[in-house]
Amino acid sequence: MNATRAIDATADASRGTTTATKEATVLEQHVVEIVSDSGEGAQRCGQSLGSIAARMGNGVWTVEIIPAEIQPPARSVAGASGNRIRLGAGPVSNGGDEADLVVAFNEQVLIGRVRDGELKPGCMILLEEMWREHRDAEIRRLYAETVERLTGEGYRVIEIPMERECLKIVSDARKGKNMFALGMLCSIYSLDTELGREQVAYALRKKDKRVIEANQRLLDAGFAWAEENLDFKYRIPAVKATEPQIVVNGNTALALGVLASGMEICAMYPITPATSVSHYLSDVFEKVGGIVHQAEDEIAAATFTLGASYAGKCAVTVTSGPGYSLKQEAIGLAVMAEIPMVIINVQRGGPSTGQPTKAEQGDLLTVCYGSHGDAPKVVLAPSGIEDCFYSVITARKIAETFNMVVVVLSDSSLATAQTPFPRPVFSEEWLAPPIDQSPVPEGAKPYDWDEFTGLFRRFMPGQANGMHTITGLAHDRSSRVAYDPATNEEGLRHRSLKLAALQKTLTTPPVFGDEEGDLLLVGWGSTKGAIEESVTRLRAEGYRVSSLHLTFLQPMPSGIGKVMRRFGRVMTIENNWSDRLQDDIIDESNRRYSALAWMLRARFLIDIDCWSESRGRPLKPGAICREIRSRLPEPTETEA
Amino acid sequence: MTSNATQCLVRMYEDHHSLEDYQGGIPRWCNGCGDNAILAAVQRLCRDEDLRPEKTVFVSGIGCSSRFPHYMKTYGFHGIHGRALPIAEGVKLARPDLHVFVNTGDGDNCSIGAAHWIHAIRYNMNLTMLLHDNHIYGLTKKQVSPTSPLGTKSNTTPRGAYLDALNPLTVTLGVQNVSFVAQAVDWIPEVLYQIVSAAFHHKGFSFVRVIQRCPEFLPKMFDAYVNDTQRTLLLTHEDGLQLSPTIGRLYRNQLQHDPSDIDRAREISSSDDPIPVGILYRNPAVPCYEDVRNAALQRTPEMVRAGLESEFDKFTVWPDGQQPAA
Repeated sequence: MNATRAIDATADASRGTTTATKEATVLEQHVVEIVSDSGEGAQRCGQSLGSIAARMGNGVWTVEIIPAEIQPPARSVAGASGNRIRLGAGPVSNGGDEADLVVAFNEQVLIGRVRDGELKPGCMILLEEMWREHRDAEIRRLYAETVERLTGEGYRVIEIPMERECLKIVSDARKGKNMFALGMLCSIYSLDTELGREQVAYALRKKDKRVIEANQRLLDAGFAWAEENLDFKYRIPAVKATEPQIVVNGNTALALGVLASGMEICAMYPITPATSVSHYLSDVFEKVGGIVHQAEDEIAAATFTLGASYAGKCAVTVTSGPGYSLKQEAIGLAVMAEIPMVIINVQRGGPSTGQPTKAEQGDLLTVCYGSHGDAPKVVLAPSGIEDCFYSVITARKIAETFNMVVVVLSDSSLATAQTPFPRPVFSEEWLAPPIDQSPVPEGAKPYDWDEFTGLFRRFMPGQANGMHTITGLAHDRSSRVAYDPATNEEGLRHRSLKLAALQKTLTTPPVFGDEEGDLLLVGWGSTKGAIEESVTRLRAEGYRVSSLHLTFLQPMPSGIGKVMRRFGRVMTIENNWSDRLQDDIIDESNRRYSALAWMLRARFLIDIDCWSESRGRPLKPGAICREIRSRLPEPTETEA
Repeated sequence: MTSNATQCLVRMYEDHHSLEDYQGGIPRWCNGCGDNAILAAVQRLCRDEDLRPEKTVFVSGIGCSSRFPHYMKTYGFHGIHGRALPIAEGVKLARPDLHVFVNTGDGDNCSIGAAHWIHAIRYNMNLTMLLHDNHIYGLTKKQVSPTSPLGTKSNTTPRGAYLDALNPLTVTLGVQNVSFVAQAVDWIPEVLYQIVSAAFHHKGFSFVRVIQRCPEFLPKMFDAYVNDTQRTLLLTHEDGLQLSPTIGRLYRNQLQHDPSDIDRAREISSSDDPIPVGILYRNPAVPCYEDVRNAALQRTPEMVRAGLESEFDKFTVWPDGQQPAA
């Protein structure tokens, strides 16, 4: 059986009128993937598609598909590089389920996506067909076999002569096929080609004018080809925004947050997937007088940050799991000496080198309970792209008010994901106050802990009469080294009280769905969109499910226990490891729960269950729904 | 607003400091510990330079030497093991207006913190670093250090150190951007002071190794050097040390050494007997990282706002008709 071939343009008698007669199917949402070998521009194609759709007024969520190597071998199953774009009629809060339509530049990268379960059954595949006629017999065989197999499995494979069409315009099709594909997608999703041309010009703004024009011709060619040769077309209704929107990925949002927080020094060491925060910051920070210092290692980045914070305004360091581990000793020092510090941890798959480019929420316990001794610190996890921006501003404020370490816990699924959010309106309140250089009153002590809250006002170098030596040793209110039992407990008590003081200022997060029901899903960080979408779907089916999403993980706001007790059952949904009860030797006495489930069980003495995945990718709402349906009795008519 | 003249008067009155103004806690070092000599030299330097205590920061790591900031009445940052340098660099980059000193030991700097040492030389920030090198771990009770001579008996090398000692001078002189290297010994306080002072006046990363005695764990290590003045090689030069008549008479083993000659500096510093004492290398032309990075720039909320808005502009999708003219 052969794959569905594109309509042969030359044989189509009604050529030229195809456009007018092709009826666009109206969709609520669609998930598109564009995959290629590294360096073929699939990522640019995908991002451009997202930008065009966003400008049209569609909800958009794009996320990069990144191989771990810079240049994996061509045509390799694990080497897929590209982008996943979810388009929606309304706002889109996550990457969605399996793909509905895939553009692939070769069949091998496609195999990788099929193997990973990223394609919906019956998914539409637009596949470069040049391999069918390739001079290498082995490649011809692999291609033909794959097409046949995928077709047999029910995918709708449409072979497309992208290479041949591009060569009509440019001499090297590798440098242009992505724009041809973008043109096809503009046609398929009924997007404005004028916006497409503008987007091409923007994406290639650093290139020569002739390069831009050639790419625009490729875009037009792709559009025309699809109009003439494809027998389907979609339209996702769009509502143009009335307020300006920002389109950036999570890491850029974090960097913009650093800028907006008034922090002036970021010390970092390169680590995937956090580094792009610093790349962007390095580009723009100096404009506002900021400095990105690439330190010699993770420890130096952390201690440099501490030195800078100690002497002036709170500083920030950016890292990912393995780098975070190296910073743990410095974090202990920051806790003990009570130096403000913001640490951004963009989590990746672990432990160890793990899956550097993949998504996981594996660091929650290590950031909450890590370092050594009793080391209370604040942990907050942005739940979306917009939240990435604001959480850094919040983190800086808390760090400086409470003289504490504040960890901003993002992850790979936000790092490269983009979705529009309202353009922030600048407020001077975001910024750090100027460095206090006023003399300290005679007799004032550097750790003049408030009895009730543990707070104190730190003295900074330059303040006359405030001279003292801060130390990681146990110390008294004058910062003098003290080993006596009472002083030791006095310090521990006040450092711990600060967390409670912060907790008193937090409000209970709102419940998504009804305030009571059969099941409450609890999540944290990047999974908010997927969890809430699954709750919406399940509620539509009649399930009495709600969700609660935590941004503050340490301290946790009050009131959470009360919310949980209003539901028959509570479980966390997380993107990390938990033991499965299906394994023979796993039972309630030895099961290791997901991170948040551990924390909630310990705090609230409620039998909280969990469901988690560690597949190195963002959670899919469909997968959550399947799991919940399997756990709850089917809703009855009356409930629905 | 007071006039400049008034400010000067006030400053003269307020800022004239005595030794007591720099004396913090009572040192808890052992009797005869070389750290005491370094402390005395540094307190004298602060007084002579009339450093404002609130504008002066001593940063240290962990170890006997790193207790140093507690004994100064300035700002101090007693950090964690091996990390004094990156902490001090952060302080200096955030606040180039502060005088920043670093006190570290042979274990702190040459073992656990060795990576930072190499890079601190490259950054060449205007810091004065004193390497208190007693060739042994003291605070943890006598373990071999990277600078312990071959055969040194310690709790972890009861049959003697297995490896030849690391030479901190040649290491430092081998790194790109090195700008100041000197060596002093705790038992010639006058020269120690002169060297610390020269280091303070050098703009850039001043690396001073002070060979110091540990009476507790290596009590006899330097006796031969202390007793035989010929085993100290004093480096003199019009751009380096100028000896007082007393010191000149006492220490006859002298060598004219031009501190701008790095090759000669490397040659001299590879000897540990006699111990070279003086300024080995100085190059004031090496740029300081804080200057390269323009750290002294004053930031204003207006700058942040303007920068942020222009970044937002890059990423904004404007509703129809709202896009501002380019």
